[in-house]
Amino acid sequence: MWDKFVVELSQATQEIIRNLAQFLPRLLVTLITVVIGGLAAWVIEVIVRSVLRLVKFDRLSDDAGASQFLRRTALPSSTELLSRFVFWVAWIGFILVGVNVLGIVGLEPHISKLVAYLPRLVAAVCLIFFGLLAASFFSRAALLAAVNAGSPSPKLISSAVRTLITVLSVSMAFEELGLAEQTVLIAFGLIFGALLFGLALAFGLGGQELAKRFLEARFAHPKQREHEDELSPL
Amino acid sequence: MPEESILTDDFLHELMSVGEVDLLVGVPTYNDAASIGQIVQAIRAGLVKYFPRQRAVIVNADGGSQDQTQELVRAASINDLQQAPSPHALRTLHSISARYGGGPASGRGLYAILAAADLLHSSACAVISADSTNIEPEWIAHLLQPVCRDGFDLVTPVYHRHKFDGLLLRNLVYPMTRALYARQVREPYPSEFAFSGRLATQIFGQEGWAEEAEQDGAKLYLTISAITSGFKLAQALLGNKTRAQSNPPADVVDALREGVGPLFLSLDHYPAWRSNAPSEPVPIFGGRPELTLDPLRINRKRLYDLFRSGVEELAPLLNSIVSRSTLRELQQLASREEQDFCYCDELWVRTIYEFAASYHRAVINRDHIIQALAPLYRGRAYTFLLENRDSQGEEVERNVEALCLTFEKFKPYLEDLWDGRR
Repeated sequence: MWDKFVVELSQATQEIIRNLAQFLPRLLVTLITVVIGGLAAWVIEVIVRSVLRLVKFDRLSDDAGASQFLRRTALPSSTELLSRFVFWVAWIGFILVGVNVLGIVGLEPHISKLVAYLPRLVAAVCLIFFGLLAASFFSRAALLAAVNAGSPSPKLISSAVRTLITVLSVSMAFEELGLAEQTVLIAFGLIFGALLFGLALAFGLGGQELAKRFLEARFAHPKQREHEDELSPL
Repeated sequence: MPEESILTDDFLHELMSVGEVDLLVGVPTYNDAASIGQIVQAIRAGLVKYFPRQRAVIVNADGGSQDQTQELVRAASINDLQQAPSPHALRTLHSISARYGGGPASGRGLYAILAAADLLHSSACAVISADSTNIEPEWIAHLLQPVCRDGFDLVTPVYHRHKFDGLLLRNLVYPMTRALYARQVREPYPSEFAFSGRLATQIFGQEGWAEEAEQDGAKLYLTISAITSGFKLAQALLGNKTRAQSNPPADVVDALREGVGPLFLSLDHYPAWRSNAPSEPVPIFGGRPELTLDPLRINRKRLYDLFRSGVEELAPLLNSIVSRSTLRELQQLASREEQDFCYCDELWVRTIYEFAASYHRAVINRDHIIQALAPLYRGRAYTFLLENRDSQGEEVERNVEALCLTFEKFKPYLEDLWDGRR
């Protein structure tokens, strides 16, 4: 009995030692992957930052008004933000690869899914980022055009443009992530349709006279459109 | 766009058929069939009458007209020769019409004419706008003689104008160009002008001019280049300024893009603006320009309303362009009643300099900065109209001179903004 107990104990100990002997090198590989991954991610971050500076990405961001938004929310510049994002995505990718090497049963399929999901996450973040840039740029362009044309509600026009582009980019991002695709699609369709229907009603019913004057000026007597106060600036 | 794409094979082929010339008159066109025949005939008459001994060519640089402008140029030349044989002409007067590449743009047209002047080794060159329906043959003499006879390198025009015509020119483009580059050129953005072959060769040879030609305001760059490179400048009185019936007054935003955008941009390209030399007058040939005072129907209320709504609606945007104190003053101004409204010289100059500095730093998209200036310009135009409602020509000129001096006085303010000291 005692002998059998000793044999079992030694077999269990050997099993543990064997498992440890198998696990420790994997852990080491994992740690090395994480460290090297961190270094590689840092190099990628530096490269991305340099490229973004080279193409004057901050200027683009300034132009679109995103920099003002980032400053207001105490976030770093667009170049810094994007390069840090790339660093974290790259490093998380390496960490997941490292964890996969450990060979923990049941974890592998989830890690594979997560790794496969990363590019879609990057694409979704980019969609939202550039969507917000475009929303800011075009809403400002609409505001300026409306103010200079003497339109009665420039802010309403500007907000409508911003909302439309933001909703469009967020919907596209959700679709990319595969989250509630149908719901988002229907919600987008409803919002977009409601907005345009509302504008059509407001223009056609609420602003009948305005619509009439606009259409007359635009199509009926195009030559009689009012020019800038009959004065030549130059 | 590289120069090869502006100077098409067709254009170069036409130039080669002419050979060397003494004088060149360039007419950039784009769908100007209504006025071009009359303009070409006046130019021919001017060349034949005043320069009979010189070899001359009229170069029509066309941007791709669809209304037979080019055919009319050729026909006008032929008709003129057949119907009115020139008793004074001792030389052949060539007339060519060719399309430049890249599509219609005033800068490309000017670039093609500069290239023609350089390639044909002409000693003097004039450019006539296809809008100038009241052109007289004497214009050619007034523009070219200071170059041929007196050795000037750039001759810009002055006109008899209505006291309320060219408000952007009088309230911004002229005073600011004068303050920055220290020369009193009344029309730094000229429709008609003349230049020497030497200036054409220098400008044409300058690196980056083909790119400048792609932008609005190439004519302004020509003037500033001539000033900063130390060329001899003169002005010539051409008579009344009118424009073709087919071209209504330009939209304010377009005019700001053409006249003010390039002026702001020139601060980046020409560091000579930082010199503190006082502005020097530029001689005028042909007499002093006068202001006409005919009654004019102007919708002043609209200018006032657009200023008020602009300041109100664009306040967050203006906040990123002008200083807080300037914005506060603009908001106070916008809250005033029509009769108390006065966008004074000092506030206007500070506003413009702050816009120029923000344009330099590109705090937002540069075109948006220019568009944001439009309501403020309308406010200033309103004040100008109100101030000079009952003024005679001399008083209007005094007011413009006072504004110019304010621009010069506040130049250190712009330098401080430029260097980030404010």
